[in-house]
Amino acid sequence: MTRLAVRKTYKLYINGEFPRTESGRFYPVRANGGDLLANACRGSRKDLRNAVVAARKAQSGWSGKTAYNRGQILYRIAEVCESRAAELADELRRQGASAVEARREIDAVIDRWVYYAGWSDKYAQVFGSVNPVAGPYYNFTVPEPTGVVGVVAPEEPSLLGLVSRIAPVIVGGNTVIAITSESKPLAAITMGEVFETSDVPAGVINLISGLKSELVPWLAAHMDVNAIDTTGVADEAVAKVQQTAAENVKRVVHFDGASIGWDDARRAQSPYAILDFQESKTVWHPMGM
Amino acid sequence: MTTTITELETRERLQPGLASSSMLWEYAPSLESTDHVRVAPRYELFIGGKFVEPHSGKYFETINPATEERLSEVAEADAEDVDRAVKEARRAYEKVWRKIAPSERAKYIFRIARLIQEKSRALAVVETMNGGKPIKESRDIDIPLAAAHFFYYAGWADKLEYAFPNRNVAPVGVAGQIIPWNFPLLMAAWKLAPALAAGNTIVLKPAETTPLTAMLLAEIIQEAELPPGVVNILTGAGGTGAALVAHPDVDKIAFTGSTDVGKRIQRAIAGTKKKLTLELGGKAPNIIFEDAPLDQAVEGIINGIYFNQGHVCCAGSRLFVQESVVEPIIRKLRERIGTLRVGNPLDKNTDVGAINSRAQLEKIRELVDSGVEEGAEMVQTQCTLPSRGFWFAPTFFTGVSQSSRIAQEEIFGPVLSVLTFRSPEEALEKANNTPYGLSAGVWTEKGSRILKMAAKLRAGVIWANTYNKFDPASPFGGYKESGFGREGGIHGLGPYVTLS
Repeated sequence: MTRLAVRKTYKLYINGEFPRTESGRFYPVRANGGDLLANACRGSRKDLRNAVVAARKAQSGWSGKTAYNRGQILYRIAEVCESRAAELADELRRQGASAVEARREIDAVIDRWVYYAGWSDKYAQVFGSVNPVAGPYYNFTVPEPTGVVGVVAPEEPSLLGLVSRIAPVIVGGNTVIAITSESKPLAAITMGEVFETSDVPAGVINLISGLKSELVPWLAAHMDVNAIDTTGVADEAVAKVQQTAAENVKRVVHFDGASIGWDDARRAQSPYAILDFQESKTVWHPMGM
Repeated sequence: MTTTITELETRERLQPGLASSSMLWEYAPSLESTDHVRVAPRYELFIGGKFVEPHSGKYFETINPATEERLSEVAEADAEDVDRAVKEARRAYEKVWRKIAPSERAKYIFRIARLIQEKSRALAVVETMNGGKPIKESRDIDIPLAAAHFFYYAGWADKLEYAFPNRNVAPVGVAGQIIPWNFPLLMAAWKLAPALAAGNTIVLKPAETTPLTAMLLAEIIQEAELPPGVVNILTGAGGTGAALVAHPDVDKIAFTGSTDVGKRIQRAIAGTKKKLTLELGGKAPNIIFEDAPLDQAVEGIINGIYFNQGHVCCAGSRLFVQESVVEPIIRKLRERIGTLRVGNPLDKNTDVGAINSRAQLEKIRELVDSGVEEGAEMVQTQCTLPSRGFWFAPTFFTGVSQSSRIAQEEIFGPVLSVLTFRSPEEALEKANNTPYGLSAGVWTEKGSRILKMAAKLRAGVIWANTYNKFDPASPFGGYKESGFGREGGIHGLGPYVTLS
């Protein structure tokens, strides 16, 4: 007699915990052939707001950690991804990828975490400056995190796309609320379990699954979100997001993964992606005896 | 309740030593001559290297806000003119500017810097006449800094690949730039210099109330023999700016001005490929710890808020004083504002000039009235203000609550709100409690505290034991609703390049 499998309930990841959506709603996630894979949480505005509160609360602690420490935590994410590679690949396969494609995507995901882990204590050196002002002042400029960032992950690649967009955000000391791929959320949601076991402090990364058409406008309108990455927003909806984002002068960033490609070694991963979510702070102090 | 400096002087007579003797000094007027300055009776639009009449045939008057006298009239550009200018800019971009050797581009920009230096005195006088700012400020700050900006960015033109490691650098294309009235020529320099260095062509719109130095700059650009169409200058009001923002062949918009208009621009370009930088409003905290050098701090407070009549987006308009030093700081502040000489901007002794426009004066009055109504205590100098022109006496409020309008809204005038705090944590909490984040000041002798405060204040520019310092090598720009993008320094190139 075959053993009955224990199925996994896919939930949200907010403030280091795995709640169901407070709305109690779900939406069916189906494989290419139409078979039901899971009933995912259809996250609500309230879930998003809870995630923003968690992200704001976590932000100063996260950016206050040493760059070395943040780098180690990102590297730890890579380690845990590696040890859970089979599970993540299995989810990608169930969502339609071939075994080879799934494994290639997982490898790229792991390498991307390692890549950004290494940047944690270097981008400020490459992009900060000491400025030779014409007067007796010491003057320097350092990058600082923009704050709380909303990321709309692309539909595909569902895992590499998510990771490629959130890794540069968090390595720079921001906290993030990410809306996962709507059609293929499984591996993305499982990443929450990776974060939870990788010493990522609660609230630094929050994952919300659901319908982008209802979630994205709320994320774009939220007055305590400082920047939004529209990479995974449908083309026809981008203009509306940009308009809404103006309400609190959000920084709006878009990565055209479809035409650049998610494997592009110079542009799909780059310190300039970190800078997209950094402010420049310039400090003046007089010099004298 | 309102106490005035006159009352303070009365008490001084009864109680010598209360106020410093310097406040009683009178200076003989020392007027900057204007005989060497030529202001034309009318200015046309600068399009394609020529001065041309506006499509509508309309002109508007530009005045001296210190006297309300007419100085000249300038053309009002409409959407047709914007289209003409953008076409010229596009043509110059495709045919000339993107193609010439970067080292040659640099030399044109150096020429502009030199010509500004040569004509600095005339530029300073016109800036003061048209904008109301004290001559010593336009002479010593605005004009030299404008020249310095061109000089700084000129040198970048053939070195751009060093600014963006591992990237190919290309210009963006045609930039539409909209600048404010508080530092007219300097803002034009901040906008034009990096854009030109990176190989872009430009349509620049100066502010409605301060067009004159921009038109003198157009003459300089002609004299420098910049290829026609590389820089086009369109005078006009909000409608001209809106047409520029909306033009489909503009690749990049750079705007300095109010947060309200900045948001409108951000909305207007939604759905387009236009790049955007915004340098918007502020409500900067200036934080005085008890161990600060108090006399220097008071100078910093005065400079922070009364410099340029408070028409400064980074003005230190919220003063936070540690409770233990509130009494001496307020006393010194009362004494010091009594010594500020308010009056004829062309007088070389003048510290505080005219308010830039009647509309701005009314906005300041409205907010100050709200402060009085909300119960804050107002202190104002009782200097004699000229009978004509737009004037507002240097003012500060004590007993201001964090929630009151004068502590929340940008006044953009010579009005300071004084608040207090006990601990550094409280100062940070209050200082950061604003949608703005352009600048901040910190005054303390404790080095570790300076660095911690500088790190924790959410603002783009931190002045520690100084205030309102600017330099072309020093990036400037805001966090949060004070905008995004930087002007100045290596960081100021970013908005004008495309990387691949």
